[in-house]
Amino acid sequence: MMETILKTDSLNKVYRLGGLIHRARIDALDDVNLDIKSDQPIIIGLVGESGSGKTTFAKVILHLVEPTSGRVIVYDRLVAGKGDKPTGQELLHTVQPIFQDPYAAFSSYQTVNSYLERTAMRVNQLSRTEAVDAVEEALTSVGLKYEDVRGKYPNQFSGGELQRASVARALIPRPKMVIADEPVSMIDASLRMSVINLFLTLKQEYKTSFLYITHDLTIAYYVCDYITILYRGAIFESGPAKAVLTDPQHPYTKLLLESVPRTNRKWDHKQIALSDIETKEYQFEGCKFYNRCPIAADICVHDRPAPVKKEDGRVVYCHFV
Amino acid sequence: MIKLSNLVASYTTARGQVNAVDGVNLQIPSEYIVGIAGESGCGKTTLIRVIYGDMSPPLSLEKGEVRYGFCDANGTEVTSDNIGDYWSKRISYIPQSSMSSLNPVTRIRKQFTDFLDYDKGRAELLDEVRAYVKNLDLPPEAIDAYPHELSGGMRQRILVAMATFFQPDILLADEPTTALDVVVQKGILLMLKRLQEQMQNTIILVSHDMGVHYQIAQKMLIMYAAKVVEFGDTREVFEAPLHPYTRFMIESLPTIGDDRVRQSVRGRPPSLWEDLKGCRFAPRCPMATERCRSEEPALREYRPGQFVACHYVERSLQ
Repeated sequence: MMETILKTDSLNKVYRLGGLIHRARIDALDDVNLDIKSDQPIIIGLVGESGSGKTTFAKVILHLVEPTSGRVIVYDRLVAGKGDKPTGQELLHTVQPIFQDPYAAFSSYQTVNSYLERTAMRVNQLSRTEAVDAVEEALTSVGLKYEDVRGKYPNQFSGGELQRASVARALIPRPKMVIADEPVSMIDASLRMSVINLFLTLKQEYKTSFLYITHDLTIAYYVCDYITILYRGAIFESGPAKAVLTDPQHPYTKLLLESVPRTNRKWDHKQIALSDIETKEYQFEGCKFYNRCPIAADICVHDRPAPVKKEDGRVVYCHFV
Repeated sequence: MIKLSNLVASYTTARGQVNAVDGVNLQIPSEYIVGIAGESGCGKTTLIRVIYGDMSPPLSLEKGEVRYGFCDANGTEVTSDNIGDYWSKRISYIPQSSMSSLNPVTRIRKQFTDFLDYDKGRAELLDEVRAYVKNLDLPPEAIDAYPHELSGGMRQRILVAMATFFQPDILLADEPTTALDVVVQKGILLMLKRLQEQMQNTIILVSHDMGVHYQIAQKMLIMYAAKVVEFGDTREVFEAPLHPYTRFMIESLPTIGDDRVRQSVRGRPPSLWEDLKGCRFAPRCPMATERCRSEEPALREYRPGQFVACHYVERSLQ
């Protein structure tokens, strides 16, 4: 049965910076509309450069930031925006985060297992013995043994192991969706793939969907089923990951893919238009990419492009698709 | 040619001494872009600091020396002892973070004149600087700005301009584009490549991103747990890696358009605090034997120009 995995209705988040004189308005999320349905759990990639609104999006879903307007629905539950929201407990069973730096996610004064057990007791309302069982199960699912974790502090783990433990923590409440914000960027190259493969296994075995936030397109290609490309708070292209990344339609997606340092194809030596007015781009009335776009015309300066739906299920926000 | 002979560099900490570069013997040929790759904590940055001669505590050079392939005024070859006298003129350094390297409260032009050791008038120097930054795709008036007025990519270009202004023989760059977006990164790396072609000098580039090395490095140096395990042409290292660690690392890289499953190397890198014997990769290597666990393999030239530290290269190639 098709379910709504992630839906946003005109999601906006405005930050205001500076004082009275030099006031800047940053539309970190600018009319974000997504409607991702699937009959099985999926990994949704949220890709963009710094300042694209990726992390703001994650914070809105996790209730760390209130959206300026609009709503977010995860598995038919309203998680952000105005309306009839679930209780805090229900919310913890809907979305759970994994952070970039696992060493910062755990307290260095507490053993990892006691932290996990307390989470299980508080969030799942379990007794201590039940909590130990729940932690044992969660650790097994991420490829760690309870005996190996017991009594150890965070600094006694490698980055990869500790990130696994923080994935286990996120799984204890059995959430519908895990929000992973750059989860492997701090992990050594030789251990990175084991964490990424873990997400693929958990998707199958735990039936958990992921919102995978990254700037690394090669990892997004490997792990994601669906992908959304953000730029200055707006969606540019959104659709099945393999299709978008092998045959990009939006000029910005093309530019990104031409710039990724791949290990199987050398760069061309084309001149690249750089942006030097970053904060102003957030307020462009038309397409936010027009000042750098090789095919921009007058219409791009004044009119925001409407979504164009393609046959392969992707949506592209460009006047010239 | 930069000659590294038997380099041992260690950090002194409250817990004791730890060797972050442990017995590196290598000759780096001139006029190439040389990429250094390896995991965090394998000694990449320490090696760069040793080559730069930046031996401030807690880092110290315990053993060995670096010879840079050029001579001082008396005709003796410059070594790690006196390389500090040639900073910015013959050897220079591009740091990773432009925001923490530039002074936020003074204009860029002031930092240029403070930083550069010059023997002509200030106005004349600034005219030259303006002409030079223009060559690096920056507006000449960028040097009149404060650092915060420039974008991250422009600031990084300013650091490149400062480091290359005197056309040094050796340019060291430690993760010069890690904090930048991919589009900006591409622009800066291609600019470095163009500068290297113009200046015909040696660039030693540290990056954890193998894609960056593939794109611009001509030679590659792979480090593992404070040792050099492989050195050779980038193309050879990617297409026919000799060391099992290099091969596992390259095979684990995801690639757009390639749907094969990637695996990590099992185990984890050793802690440098432990008493390490034999090959440091042996505990993770599926081909390791008793000899690997007890006898340390030396870096040897397996093919012309391609060096590896492994007892069983033939076996691992099969």
